[in-house]
Amino acid sequence: MNKKLYDKLIFELSHPGRKGYSLPDNGLGDTAHGTDKAAALGASLLRSEKPDLPEADELTVVRHYNNMSTNNFGVDTGFYPLGSCTMKYNPKINEEMASHPGFASMHPAVGQAAQGNLEMYWNLQNALSEIGGMSEFTLNPFAGAHGELTGLMTIRAYHESRGDTKRCKVIVPDSAHGTNPASAAVAGLEVVEVKSRPDGTVDVDDLRPLLDDTVAAMMMTNPNTLGLFEKNIPEIARLVHQAGALMYYDGANLNPMLGVARPGDMGFDVMHINLHKTFSTPHGGGGPGSGPVGVRKGLEQFLPNPRVIRHTAADGKVTFRLTGDGKALGQVSAWLGNFAVQARALAYILSLGSEGLMEAGPLATLNANYIKEQLKDDYLLPIETVCKHEFVFDGLKDKSTGVTTLNVAKRLLDYGFHAPTIYFPLLFHESLMIEPTETESPETLDRFIEVMHAIAREARENPEAVISAPHETPISHPDDTEAALNPKTTYIKD
Amino acid sequence: MHKYFPHTAQDIRRMLATCGVESLADLYADVPEELRMKAPYALGKGKSETEIRRYFNALASKNAPVEACFAGAGVYDHAVPATVSSLAGRSEFLTAYTPYQPEISQGTLQYIFEYQTIMSRLTGLDVSNASMYDGTTATAEAMLMAIAAGKKRRRILVSATLNPRVRAVVDTYAHYHGVPLETIPQKDGVTDLSALEQMLQAHADVAGVILAEPNYYGIVEDFSGVADMVHARKALLILNCVAADLATLRTPGEWGADIACGDAQSLGLPMSYGGPYLGYLCATKALMRKMPGRIVGQTTDAEGRRCFVLTLQAREQHIRREKATSNICSNQGLMTLCVAAYVALHGANGLREIAYRGHQMALYLLDRMTAEGGCCLKYAGKPFLNEFLLKLDVDAQEFIDYALREEKILAGVAVDGDCLLMAATEMQTKDDADRLAKAYGRYLNIAKEHKAARQ
Repeated sequence: MNKKLYDKLIFELSHPGRKGYSLPDNGLGDTAHGTDKAAALGASLLRSEKPDLPEADELTVVRHYNNMSTNNFGVDTGFYPLGSCTMKYNPKINEEMASHPGFASMHPAVGQAAQGNLEMYWNLQNALSEIGGMSEFTLNPFAGAHGELTGLMTIRAYHESRGDTKRCKVIVPDSAHGTNPASAAVAGLEVVEVKSRPDGTVDVDDLRPLLDDTVAAMMMTNPNTLGLFEKNIPEIARLVHQAGALMYYDGANLNPMLGVARPGDMGFDVMHINLHKTFSTPHGGGGPGSGPVGVRKGLEQFLPNPRVIRHTAADGKVTFRLTGDGKALGQVSAWLGNFAVQARALAYILSLGSEGLMEAGPLATLNANYIKEQLKDDYLLPIETVCKHEFVFDGLKDKSTGVTTLNVAKRLLDYGFHAPTIYFPLLFHESLMIEPTETESPETLDRFIEVMHAIAREARENPEAVISAPHETPISHPDDTEAALNPKTTYIKD
Repeated sequence: MHKYFPHTAQDIRRMLATCGVESLADLYADVPEELRMKAPYALGKGKSETEIRRYFNALASKNAPVEACFAGAGVYDHAVPATVSSLAGRSEFLTAYTPYQPEISQGTLQYIFEYQTIMSRLTGLDVSNASMYDGTTATAEAMLMAIAAGKKRRRILVSATLNPRVRAVVDTYAHYHGVPLETIPQKDGVTDLSALEQMLQAHADVAGVILAEPNYYGIVEDFSGVADMVHARKALLILNCVAADLATLRTPGEWGADIACGDAQSLGLPMSYGGPYLGYLCATKALMRKMPGRIVGQTTDAEGRRCFVLTLQAREQHIRREKATSNICSNQGLMTLCVAAYVALHGANGLREIAYRGHQMALYLLDRMTAEGGCCLKYAGKPFLNEFLLKLDVDAQEFIDYALREEKILAGVAVDGDCLLMAATEMQTKDDADRLAKAYGRYLNIAKEHKAARQ
């Protein structure tokens, strides 16, 4: 990464009269074409002034954004030990397939005439069904949170179809990511928190009294946020189903389960998957993602429209159809979701095949335990057990130095690593959550472990160096308070 | 091991020893036996890159080829400059996480800040968020935002001229969120403003009014006086607009809108069979703290250098948890980069030239189609920019299928059985329009013969 901040804004490079485009000849010449059929666009319908937008030649634009990119950290340049985010390698072939000219230039209204596209959609949903132990997936939701919302709406559509309208609650563990309760609120459900036991797993005794005929669903990750497998899941599923509610699997932590166990077999009825986590599609600095939702047999008709159905004719000819169902929850997208993201995930699954997918989960778990075991002398491990893909430290073991989890995270940036997830989950004061993924080599992990030890040593010997970090990044600590008190959200020329 | 996994057998042995276990299976001792997979996934052998390319090529060859696209309906066939694709493929942007660590994310934060500035200037509104999933969800979020700002007011009025796909998603959010939604009828293809006035009078609990510009039929509606009418009843005016048209048409800000939302696919994003796109959401300063999603703000670092951070995060949903009024906790990061770079390459002049080309081609196409007979403008005498609705003498979808098969031209989108929604951009040529019109003429004859044969 460039240590010198490139800080020009495109507006400051603008020069009136420059341009970075050329348009094709459409054969109509320059003259306006009149018609008496439509009214002319009068001045009252046009904007009064030209917008003040940048004007720049092509190279200026290219240099500007490339220079900016050197102020960024990415998986392609370094290691992200970022808990709950599954920052694995984003293979290059996936990018090539996502921009395949046979797909990228296709208008979605082509619909069923794009049989290849529908087949791709169907193949991916079929593979995800196999991996999730589900009957059918919709790929329409645009992101993980959108998948949660869609999944909860699917559950509501199911209850509504049975005339069961009093189920207005969703049970969520107190360790859950904040998106779970937010999705529930938007889906019109009331959130009831169930407590975690000291080891972070759901307290079945606390759950039991919460279950009645007003509960629509129980929403969980497994392994949970602390990276621990919920051993009581069969019992939890039994109790929830007994109460007439459905089990929702938040696929945020699906990665370590690859090759080991399927959510459908654990008793979950509805689940979502983050393609940008488990299936290697790039995070793109925040998006685009994709959050497919799967359901067990019997719930397919509640999935959002449009659905893609595989149809076999009497003569054996297979076609793929776009369908809609009156029982469906409705639409959550105009078309079939983030198609180009789906293409990447399918390329990943094809590359791994069954064998590679079976290896992925255990290796992710091995990498996490390897780090945990070697850092627990310097960092406080609240729960001493084998973890899955991730684990949580409660800050440095030595609390006398005054060095916080935030300080450790910022100091890591100086050593060329991304920070772990910090202050989440809320179960501990100094949470520092680490997830290495299976694509990191032992050498990278060794270097990370070495650096984490070095930071712990610095915290003891020279705490100020850690507290004042970062020192080596393109910018030093930004003034967040100023940003919030006096918000400048657009460029204004000085 | 697969090529994406660096571990050798020796590595695994050494690492297992460090962890104090004997096998990878020991790491899963806590997973009850009855839950474990008994057989590998039925997903076949892993493929090499060459085989993956073949697989995708084979799928692509099953798609009907499209040489020219006159379909719009919210998604427009604009050229995507090589520069935009190339910049979006830059690893440091593509493989970055959400910019929660500003010290090593200035690239992402800065292009989002540029995007926000561009959208604010295009819509004529003070604030833009860092983007939403797409235009449909952005409009649904605008609805939820109006309700959050409206305190006890919850009713939303939506024009019948809004894109039905946007409406379908708005309906879904409204249904599950318990929002009373009512349709403002249309008259001659535009929102019936006197009906709107009556509805505003009849209900004291209207939080927001959603209108579209241009509307689904391509008509540029005249919203003179609408903002005053809506504001007089203490409701918010929400305008759903096609992003590329904002450089040309009267802006949401000029119409007096409180919130502007819609899809920005038309600003440099490939059509990609429906996504990923980008939903934009802009608002007046007064509504800034009610906005969903992320917002990037400018500040300074300890050395006083200008820099950018995610700001006003207390609004954000993962913080508010069950008190949330939206559940979005990401944005379309990379797509905002594409929009910023696209707009930087084109400037206001380029965007206007493209809009003009679309207008010019749409007018030509309309004349050519109507010259064939058997069709007319559904709502005659109304102004449009680059999209219009034709009423056909035949079934629209059947003609679309015919033109795609015979001419490899996507003629448009079928509406209500016998109407064809057609859009033009800088991408189609005179020859494309001529070919399509002639195909329509031929198809009219075929349809006539079919009809005669049936009788």
